[in-house]
Amino acid sequence: MNQEMTCQCEEVSEEEKLGLIEEVIEEYKGKEGSLIQVLHMVQGIYGYLPVHIQQFIALKLDKPLSEVSGVVSFYSLFSTKPRGKHTINVCLGTACYVRGGKKIVDRLKEILDVNVGDTTGDNMFTLEVMRCMGACGLAPAMSIDDKVFKQVNPDKLTEILDLYN
Amino acid sequence: MIKLKINNKTIEVEEGMTILEAAKTKGILIPNLCYLHNVHECGSCRICVVEVEGNKNLQASCITKAQDGMVIHTHSEEVRKTRKILYELMISDHNKDCLSCSRNQSCELQELSELLGIDQQRYEGKRSKDVVESSNPSVERDMSKCILCRRCVTMCNEIQGVGVINSQNRGFDTLVGPTEGFDMMDMNCTFCGQCTTVCPVGALKEKDSIKDVWKAIEDPSKRVVVQTAPAVRAALGEEFGYPAGTLVTGKMAGALRELGFDDVFDTNFAADLTIIEEGNELLKRLNAALGGKKATLPMITSCSPGWIKYIEHTFPNELDHLSTCKSPHMMLGAITKSFYAKKIGVDPKDFYVVSVMPCTAKKYEITREEMAKDVDAVLTTRELAKMIKDAGIDFCNLEDSTFDNPLGLSSGAADIFGTTGGVMEAALRTVYEVVTGEELPFDGLHVEPIMGFDGIKAAEITITHTVPEWSILKGVTLKIAVASGLSNAQKLVKEIHEGTSPYHFIEIMCCPNGCISGGGQPRPTTDEIRLKRMEAIYREDDEKTLRKSHENPFITKLYEEFLGEPLGHKSHELLHTSYVKRGKFNELL
Repeated sequence: MNQEMTCQCEEVSEEEKLGLIEEVIEEYKGKEGSLIQVLHMVQGIYGYLPVHIQQFIALKLDKPLSEVSGVVSFYSLFSTKPRGKHTINVCLGTACYVRGGKKIVDRLKEILDVNVGDTTGDNMFTLEVMRCMGACGLAPAMSIDDKVFKQVNPDKLTEILDLYN
Repeated sequence: MIKLKINNKTIEVEEGMTILEAAKTKGILIPNLCYLHNVHECGSCRICVVEVEGNKNLQASCITKAQDGMVIHTHSEEVRKTRKILYELMISDHNKDCLSCSRNQSCELQELSELLGIDQQRYEGKRSKDVVESSNPSVERDMSKCILCRRCVTMCNEIQGVGVINSQNRGFDTLVGPTEGFDMMDMNCTFCGQCTTVCPVGALKEKDSIKDVWKAIEDPSKRVVVQTAPAVRAALGEEFGYPAGTLVTGKMAGALRELGFDDVFDTNFAADLTIIEEGNELLKRLNAALGGKKATLPMITSCSPGWIKYIEHTFPNELDHLSTCKSPHMMLGAITKSFYAKKIGVDPKDFYVVSVMPCTAKKYEITREEMAKDVDAVLTTRELAKMIKDAGIDFCNLEDSTFDNPLGLSSGAADIFGTTGGVMEAALRTVYEVVTGEELPFDGLHVEPIMGFDGIKAAEITITHTVPEWSILKGVTLKIAVASGLSNAQKLVKEIHEGTSPYHFIEIMCCPNGCISGGGQPRPTTDEIRLKRMEAIYREDDEKTLRKSHENPFITKLYEEFLGEPLGHKSHELLHTSYVKRGKFNELL
């Protein structure tokens, strides 16, 4: 059963991934303002954007590495560390914060034994926080991948996580 | 023309100006910090905010265009209060060790404090960054002083087209620098130091060499030789309150002697020597090309170490186009430790050669393996001024002195090395005369088309007659080009790379407008100041009797007594060098 859960992208070799990345870059090369788009797609292929991939993109797009890393480090969407199979986003917008969003983050840190922005040792979960996901009526809210969980009770988090284990 | 009202005064200005510029034309000065005319106009610091009637928020006057009918207040209570708050917030995240900062009393942030009447610091908060980088030989970064104005980012990316530094991270974590985990040394940094000339605070500066030089001067076992680049004499005076464009050659020589240097030589002597070697190298290449042999043309000058590092990183396969001549100060170092050492009977190992340069890249250059030990330390123009002040020398009241011979005499051709177009003109003065037996046919020997501040300049000179030994060049139209600033240089090298370059000889200077605006020159370097420095350089040339490198009697003597012939065995050993193929991340290719 665990084998089924293994990340599909791991089956793609490094070489193949670089080939795919190169194809993306070829398509966007020379088009002004395409860096964010390229980074987004490359993160989709590679999973995250470590420095050696940023270097690869910089050289192929003929842009300074400092510019590429400047964009990568500016947007929280981009990650320079490997991502888990699932991304947990805890909302810390005003409504969720007031209704105990912080407690959810603290509890998740304990359960998963990670800090915000980090990924669990088994590569299952990456823990993130966000400012308002637009679900204030459901506060305190969190999401795992595309699914939103409403009125989350910090004491029942393991039940939610179990759905993904 | 448009009409607007500033501080109840109706003014008329041309359309298209910003409020800041419009106000300035009528003597209304608006405090500002990150703004650099024509270079960096992005409104990031907000200090220049003004009240525009009808607008809810205050407007940054450096980016807001003046419009017909606008009513503006530049020093209303709200404006003054806001500026103070902005300033106090800025310094709440600034390392305020002003007394021990290299920019003490030359800091734009400090000046602004006085201008705004700051009398309290209400905000004490967390400090965001304490990154200090001093692992390279040229530039030191202390991010605890950075105020995120991003002038350096503009210089590095837009003016020089290199892009080693940029804004990293966001919000409170924002940091200006190379990609996290990299130093400037790991990247394609040319060490041009243009970032250090625009930094308003002490965040970016040259790596200090003053301590090393004092130590050498104090060491009785050392024979300490100093040499000064042509652009230094046209700018050093600014550090002592002289108006830009004042030539202080004589006072500078006097001050160097008072500092305790044993020999006060002139890099200009080696500039003349460069012309002899480089001129012959050009003729050799032209001769070979016209004779159907293999020769790499265009040949490109190699005096500017920032430019050398740039081409090594950016076009590693075009290095054969570079002249193999070392830069003049390295030549002088090599000649000092060989010819001069022998002449005065001192062991070359006991020499300590100091170059005073308008340049930070030269601090890196002396660490290059290919020519290690030619020069021991490089001081920038700014550092020399600091040393003179430190030594208590009353610079303004010094009597004029002169350089020591034999390595202190130079022609006017050497003086103009300090400005864009100068090396080319100096080379032409000699090459043309060698080939035709006649003087270069330009008014006052100045090649007009390659003078001035255009980023790329070109000219053609047809050789209609020659002396018998150069008849191969008869009828040839020599095509030359001059570029300064690396983004301009890039255009010319791209042509070479694509095989479309029409030129025979190209001069390239790393810094915009050449060494007069070098990374080690006094701050600030504005367009007006550049122009004055350039005029001073040409003035120095015009006032000399010796105007051509090949007429320098000590150069002739040097070849007779020591070097033999240009491009000869000794020359190759001492005056020429090789280059290194590098990748973008400073890896060897």
